[in-house]
Amino acid sequence: MHIDFFGSLPLLVIWLALGAIGIAIQAFVRNNTRLVFGYYSGTLVITALLALITSAHKGTTFGGMISIGGFANYFDVLFCGAGLLAMFAARPYLQRENSELDEFYTMLVSAVSGMMLMAHANNLLVLFVGIELMSISFYIMAGFLRTNIRSIEAALKYFLLGAFATGFLVYGMSLIYGATGSLQYDVIASVIGENRSQFPTLLAIGAVFLAVALSFKIAAFPFHQWAPDVYEGSPTVVTAFMSTAGKAAAFSAFIAVFAVLMPASSLMTPQLQLMLAAVAAITMLVGNVTAVAQTNVKRMLAYSSIAHAGYLLMGIVANGEAGYSAITFYVTSYTFMQLGAFVVVGILERGNEENLQIDDYAGLAKREPVLAFIMAVFMFSLAGIPPFAGFFGKYLLFVAAIESGYTWLTIVAVVSSVVSAYFYLGLVVKMYFTEPHKEHSHVSPGLAGITLFVTVAVSIVLGLFTSQLLSIFGTWW
Amino acid sequence: MILDYMPLIIMIVVGLIFGVSNIVLAENLGPKRSTRAKLSTYESGMEPVKTARERFTVKFYLVAMMFILFDIEIVFMYPWAVQFRELGYYGLSAMVLFMVLLFSGYLYVIKKGALKWD
Amino acid sequence: MNYAALIPLFPLIGFVIVAFFGKRLKNEKLIGGIASTAILASFVTAVMVFVGLTNRPEDDRSVIVHVYSWIATGSFSVDVAYQFDQLSILFTLIITGIGFLIHVYSIGYMHGDAGFPRFFAYLNLFVFMMLNLVLASNFLLTFLGWEGVGLASYLLIGFWYDRKFEGTRITWTGDAAMKAFVVNRIGDFGVLLAMFMLFNQFGTLDYATINAQAPGVLTAGGTAVTLITLLLFLGCAGKSAQIPLGVWLPDAMAGPTPVSALIHAATMVTSGIFLIARTNVLFAMSPTTMAVVTGVGITTALIAGTIGIAQRDIKKVLAYSTVSQLGFMFAALGVGAFTAGVFHVMTHAFFKALLFLGAGSVIHGMHHEQDIMKMGGLRKYMPITYRTFFIGTLAISGIPFLSGFFSKDEILWFAFLNGSPVLWGIGAVAAFTTAFYMWRVLSLTFNGTERFDHHHLHPHESPATMTIPLIVLAVLSVFGGLLGVPHVIGHALHFPNLLEHWLEPVFATGMSMLTAHGGDHTSTEVILMTASTVLAILGILLARRIYANGLETASGIAARFTGVYQLLLNKYYVDEVYQMFIAGPILALSRDAMWKIVDVIVIDGAVNGSARIVGASATALRKIQSGVAQNYALIMMAGIVVLVAMVVIPMLR
Repeated sequence: MHIDFFGSLPLLVIWLALGAIGIAIQAFVRNNTRLVFGYYSGTLVITALLALITSAHKGTTFGGMISIGGFANYFDVLFCGAGLLAMFAARPYLQRENSELDEFYTMLVSAVSGMMLMAHANNLLVLFVGIELMSISFYIMAGFLRTNIRSIEAALKYFLLGAFATGFLVYGMSLIYGATGSLQYDVIASVIGENRSQFPTLLAIGAVFLAVALSFKIAAFPFHQWAPDVYEGSPTVVTAFMSTAGKAAAFSAFIAVFAVLMPASSLMTPQLQLMLAAVAAITMLVGNVTAVAQTNVKRMLAYSSIAHAGYLLMGIVANGEAGYSAITFYVTSYTFMQLGAFVVVGILERGNEENLQIDDYAGLAKREPVLAFIMAVFMFSLAGIPPFAGFFGKYLLFVAAIESGYTWLTIVAVVSSVVSAYFYLGLVVKMYFTEPHKEHSHVSPGLAGITLFVTVAVSIVLGLFTSQLLSIFGTWW
Repeated sequence: MILDYMPLIIMIVVGLIFGVSNIVLAENLGPKRSTRAKLSTYESGMEPVKTARERFTVKFYLVAMMFILFDIEIVFMYPWAVQFRELGYYGLSAMVLFMVLLFSGYLYVIKKGALKWD
Repeated sequence: MNYAALIPLFPLIGFVIVAFFGKRLKNEKLIGGIASTAILASFVTAVMVFVGLTNRPEDDRSVIVHVYSWIATGSFSVDVAYQFDQLSILFTLIITGIGFLIHVYSIGYMHGDAGFPRFFAYLNLFVFMMLNLVLASNFLLTFLGWEGVGLASYLLIGFWYDRKFEGTRITWTGDAAMKAFVVNRIGDFGVLLAMFMLFNQFGTLDYATINAQAPGVLTAGGTAVTLITLLLFLGCAGKSAQIPLGVWLPDAMAGPTPVSALIHAATMVTSGIFLIARTNVLFAMSPTTMAVVTGVGITTALIAGTIGIAQRDIKKVLAYSTVSQLGFMFAALGVGAFTAGVFHVMTHAFFKALLFLGAGSVIHGMHHEQDIMKMGGLRKYMPITYRTFFIGTLAISGIPFLSGFFSKDEILWFAFLNGSPVLWGIGAVAAFTTAFYMWRVLSLTFNGTERFDHHHLHPHESPATMTIPLIVLAVLSVFGGLLGVPHVIGHALHFPNLLEHWLEPVFATGMSMLTAHGGDHTSTEVILMTASTVLAILGILLARRIYANGLETASGIAARFTGVYQLLLNKYYVDEVYQMFIAGPILALSRDAMWKIVDVIVIDGAVNGSARIVGASATALRKIQSGVAQNYALIMMAGIVVLVAMVVIPMLR
């Protein structure tokens, strides 16, 4: 079997570091969280560096089941970066909640390795393994506050519904295998592109099932209902990580799978596009409209994350390089701004229950001017106000959708962005123009300060270097 | 072609006859002295009827999970063992790596005390 | 020449370091040192770029350094690119050079202030934005800098946000900052509209392209070019505090004095001049706009100059003086004397920064007393400050062979030549008032009887970090004018007008479009020069006579001309007029008509209606979110059925 060792370095390193060495360290070195934390942050840094180094080396490895270079390596860096930021934010948070166990970081890195596998997959089974590796890690992380009933409820709900969705994922894969005779992306693509399948209906159903399973992972309507409950109940740093990097991973898979399932020459492409467009439109409307009625910041951000899944789906609907580049850009900026926003929430909250209401943010600008400013940047960016990264991302997605003929979808997107401005800016108004209504103790972010600094910087910098990044994306497709 | 499956068919027929005849014979030939214990459902020695909301100690689940986990991993070794020669050194090294990973997990489980019953 | 792009980078680095680690550093000298070093590095780079430009042939002294392409989508593309040419490098040298001196000065001035790191972070941010403004190669980047300096100015005016400040209809420094910001927004709106129109006409926002294509694309004297330039001028008037948008500058004195020197005298307020000089081709194409610029400029020069006579706050006198001097510069641009306008920007930057820093030194030494009526006799307590302030006063008054003399007389000469004798007359009167109020400040502050409370106040000379910049600026104020010696003097001494020669290529296209310019540099110029000098000396002598011995003579005059005095003291009641005729009616209109009718009935109706729809649907959607996992699975199942149907049913047909 053909193995390209150089190109596989990022994957090999994270697997060995996690599976063999990391586990052994935890087995023999006890109660040394500093060591584990340092070890895993080092692992992520090295993996990201290796991904950068090998990014120009394109091809396949492990007998063609895994593709390497370019697109996948970019996502590797994004996942490792998000994982690192989440780790920095998690340490002070978990210490405050008295729940800092070494296993948290193991699960986090394991989730990152699953995500990387999703982005690298060139075979539906590899994709399945990646999705499961990520999801199972998430189930455990969601329930990490073991004495908190909401956290446990979140984990269980996520697990049950996730298993339900996984069923459709595997069923879809088996239908596609039956219709095309292969699990390899390239073979499937050529069969679909030439309309050679003997069972076009089964193929279509299989494609829909894959869309369903991936829509569950990105929390798109009507498979989104787990998200608010899970995001609210999970420890905030976990929510920060899984609502961003998890979504980015699902989109990396979405891009790869639907580039295969929807070639322009295929007969079922128009129907699939329409279906995804409908899902996208309803998702962003439902997400944004429901967010307006929320009184809990965490829940509001959860709905905001649903709405963003809708925006991002527009890029899949556009079905082309412009759409994929737009998704990659927006999901990058989304990862940083949403992660940062959740981390701010995590810094301010107490005991996973308190200081989560929007009213608790009244007058934050007077109490914590720096935090309030950072939060305001995230809100502006999420609302898509220039010159922040969120604006350019939305702009690219809208242009991609219009150019592929989905003007009505863009109109829906614009309308729902207007609705979203209401609650994003509402929080800013709350922070800056109202008086605090109760006494608050001073908060100190600790290591999470690094996370906030990086996320804010990226939210601004991405707005400044939009075309640089896009020109890199242009070389992949 | 159907002859190729003959041994299988014979096997099924013999199995059916053996099973059915055993039950029929036992029912008709054996003595019947019913007691309360004999009439109740067999449940590996546990009391069959009680409240369903009983809680088991978490250790039970841990051991059960661990059993399933390692049990399934063993399944991977059978196809490798069958194709041992064809897979050659590549297969061997892959399997060694697999075992190493599995073993480090096993060490972890032991060191964390997951198998200690008290 | 690519290293030139480092110029704006250094202040940005300084800003980031000081802003994020300033509080950790805890050492004032270190913080101030980092911030000042950043500006010094920019200055040194700017000097290198300047030398590099001089080594190039004269017609090839415009270098565009492309940093990266910022927005590139379809027909609209904007690069982050910096244009280094004769004009921008001159402004860069002024900004970084004087900026560095003011940074050093601030280390002494802000000593012990709780917000020390914050102050230097803002200052570096300001310099970064200002450099973007002048170095940009396109309108959008300039506009970014334009808004950026507005933001930095807002932050710095409101730096002591918890202090009271006595301004017109203003009680807190925060209000002053807000006022500056709002008034500037009016002007910015003009710039934004002008940018839209330019993009519509040219399809690009690059200066080089617009300046080159303007004669072909737009008709000279046409409506389009007039509208564009008038809108641009509205922005310039806002930034450079010209009538009618000049009301914010005096209140901007609420900020710390180095800020007044850097932003509200030497750099930011001259960005209006810069923008006109940058787009001189457009302005030269519209005689109407040129007339408006001249009119507004000269009127502002006179009115602000007269207001300066009656002010009691030392910084406010200087503020009105700045407004007046900016008026001079606009008048120069309006009559087509672009070089003279830019020349005055430079000399003014030297002596006005000097005067402001001198005033700051006085305020520092007097423990935050700003009323010149409560000073006097400070000469013996702070000799260095006195001497440098004295030089600054002479320079601004236009005493021969100091820097202000050359630039001011060049402006007046062109006003006479290209404008009219009336224009010259108004300018000369304004110059007279300048000499008068500056000498008044000098006398009341440093000479005469000591009118402060000796028991509580012990005036002292400022530390070296503050006096050294004063001395450097004083030297520049004396000799800075030699860069632009008028032909009439230079010809006799074989001393060329260096600045005019340097800037010639920038203004060549614009100048060629203006009909009346040039002319003879002969006896008329000498006569006018002598006349204005005599007027300036008269102003000094008059002020000396009135204020030399204290306040008796002055209060006598004030009593005799109560009406005029009150009018000047209250700044022609401009703020009151605005309040009565603009702000008041707008408030009334917005409260009574707009709010009660349009807002409450129409907009609230519509918005609340749609908000109610959103709210109602949100509540309905919340009900679906039952929290029961089985229901979620059920809805998912229903969704799957619908989606499969969507895809499969069309295929079965």
